[in-house]
Amino acid sequence: MPQPIDQFAARLPADKRASVYQSTKTTHEKRTRLLFDQFGDPDRLRRLAGDIKQHAIENLDTYLPQVEQRLRASGAQVHWASTGQAACEAVLRIMRDRGATRMVKAKTMVSEEIELAHFLEGHGLEAVETDLGEFIVQIDDDHPSHIVRPIIHKNRREIATSFEREGLGAYNDDPATITRRARHHLRHKYLAADVGLTGANFVSAESGRVVLVTNEGNSRFCLAATRCHIVLVGIEKIVPRDRDLAVLLNLLGRSGTAQDLTVYTEFIGGPRRVGQPDGPEEMHVIFVDNGRTEVLASDCREILRCIRCGACLNVCPIYRQASGHAYRSVYPGPVGAVLSPLLMGERFPQKADLPKASSLCGACHEVCPVNIPIPDLLLRLRARAKEENVPSPGSPPMGPWALIAAQPAAWKAALAGGRIINHLPVKLIPVPALQAWAAKRSLPEWRGGEFRKWMKARQRPSA
Amino acid sequence: MLNAERAPVTGRKVQLMATCLCDAFYDDVAAATVEVLEHLGVEVVFPEGQTCCGQPAFNGGDWAASRKVVRHTVRTFAGEDPVVIPSASCAAMLFHGAVLEFEREADAAEVSALGRRTWELADFIVNGLGVKTWPGRYEARVALHRSCHSRGTETVPAAQALLGSIAGLSLVEFGEAEQCCGFGGTFAVTFPHLSSAMGELKLEHVRAVAPDEYVSPDMSCMMHLGGLAQAEGKPIRARHLAQVLRDALKGGPRS
Repeated sequence: MPQPIDQFAARLPADKRASVYQSTKTTHEKRTRLLFDQFGDPDRLRRLAGDIKQHAIENLDTYLPQVEQRLRASGAQVHWASTGQAACEAVLRIMRDRGATRMVKAKTMVSEEIELAHFLEGHGLEAVETDLGEFIVQIDDDHPSHIVRPIIHKNRREIATSFEREGLGAYNDDPATITRRARHHLRHKYLAADVGLTGANFVSAESGRVVLVTNEGNSRFCLAATRCHIVLVGIEKIVPRDRDLAVLLNLLGRSGTAQDLTVYTEFIGGPRRVGQPDGPEEMHVIFVDNGRTEVLASDCREILRCIRCGACLNVCPIYRQASGHAYRSVYPGPVGAVLSPLLMGERFPQKADLPKASSLCGACHEVCPVNIPIPDLLLRLRARAKEENVPSPGSPPMGPWALIAAQPAAWKAALAGGRIINHLPVKLIPVPALQAWAAKRSLPEWRGGEFRKWMKARQRPSA
Repeated sequence: MLNAERAPVTGRKVQLMATCLCDAFYDDVAAATVEVLEHLGVEVVFPEGQTCCGQPAFNGGDWAASRKVVRHTVRTFAGEDPVVIPSASCAAMLFHGAVLEFEREADAAEVSALGRRTWELADFIVNGLGVKTWPGRYEARVALHRSCHSRGTETVPAAQALLGSIAGLSLVEFGEAEQCCGFGGTFAVTFPHLSSAMGELKLEHVRAVAPDEYVSPDMSCMMHLGGLAQAEGKPIRARHLAQVLRDALKGGPRS
């Protein structure tokens, strides 16, 4: 039986696949041109960025206390959340303490990960997504299908229908109109909100600066009218020094959206200070673990280098065919196939199939701006699934094969015996792997042992 | 996935790992490999006890099973002579994959040592032996398949250099050459839809430039793509690099 992601991909409507394919392909190709046109050796830059992030995650015990100290010195309050639940509760507490009921949110993957918006809604609080893609996901009660482009799976006709349903105007699928309507709707939300929540792309341990990149400027709006800024950030987002940002920001925009730099890059040094004309008077930074220290302790810790650019999704032949929802996770694609099962903790078996959905082609490693050896990590997780005896329907058993392949006599017998496939119709041979192969492809003629005969004759021409 | 710490080649004797696919299906590819190496004055030894590099179980996550096979391979290819393989995939298994699955094993050093003298064929000819051009003649428009295990290795530039230097042969480029063909070992049978969809896309790109032959450093990808094309009733002429090099010495493509 095919694996779940294969079944999902087979059912995906052709127009959805085509639009995901086209847009990922275009971004990937533009990204590659940009990097190679502008940098002599982009691969060296990727390795440097990988080294910086690897150093950071391996020294979190130094950098986290340092960043806490810097943030407090600049007037921000720091919270530590070991679980997603704890992070949600921290946000709730901050809002209740202020008597706040309305939040505007910029795009943050960690808030998706801990399902913050649903949690707050459950407590009667409003949490409005202000990134256009995330806003559409929210009104449709859908899930993002890409790290950077949450609605890569939707076309403008679907969006226009949703807008009409939500009372945002009569059906109109012109992108400029859709954007104008969203802007108009959100403008009122910004003005009415008490709290603005953002993520952080990086936090510098040296200065305590929170670095945020967006293209829509919505994170600025989130902070323009609100009195309280909450930053929700995974503990792995620390970089040691401000100057490391020169390397990482140069790679993030180019790798993610094929831009030299995103339209907005913000460096936030704390809440509003005396003499500053505006900005939130209160700032909270919530550092979220939610399984990350466990990942750090594992043999897949390199995945914590990830800067969420989405380049691995864009280049991945599986993602292009299956789209993001196939991965049943907040983080799809190659990075998600590693990170999502790891973040499951003890429920790892539920997502142990994700690392198998790869031909191990290595394209993800080749484009990763922080040089994560994703195929090696996928392999390690496959080995873990096997060690934990997670069932894997359809996977050929390797024990019998290994017995034959470790015994030359058995191997030679198998080479001779394989000839049966030349004489029997495949459907009569009860080997599931062979059936699965032959459903789409013809088999070459079995010529087991022929080379060995040829070689022997060559070595002893007289015999 | 560069095999960076490789020992320089000094002698003119190699051990051939034919690969399980050539052992079972593609005997002519293994024979061509022998003839190509002998043309270069290399003595080719074929260790009879060889079976497989261990990659199927490694990729399947059954590392205990894979290590059994790798240990057998390490014993079979003992000695100091380079091991030459007409497959970027099996070569990468020995210099990268096996090293990964032996990280915490007592005999990791022996496995790494085998990896350091393991070569994919084109890489061996160009970077091991220092042969940069190929003689003979081969009248054909050839598209070169980039097998994924040659990604980031010296195999692709080596194969391009050799093929590009053959009189009469012209290399044709095609779209999205860096994309996987969808074979992926057991992936081809556990993800049959994705695997064949990826293969179709590859075939589309290759057919768009209508090469006379589609040439690969790996037969695994060709087994998948050739099989897909055959089943559709639109076969492609898929060949291994070694066959082209050998046939160039004999004056051109075999009909």
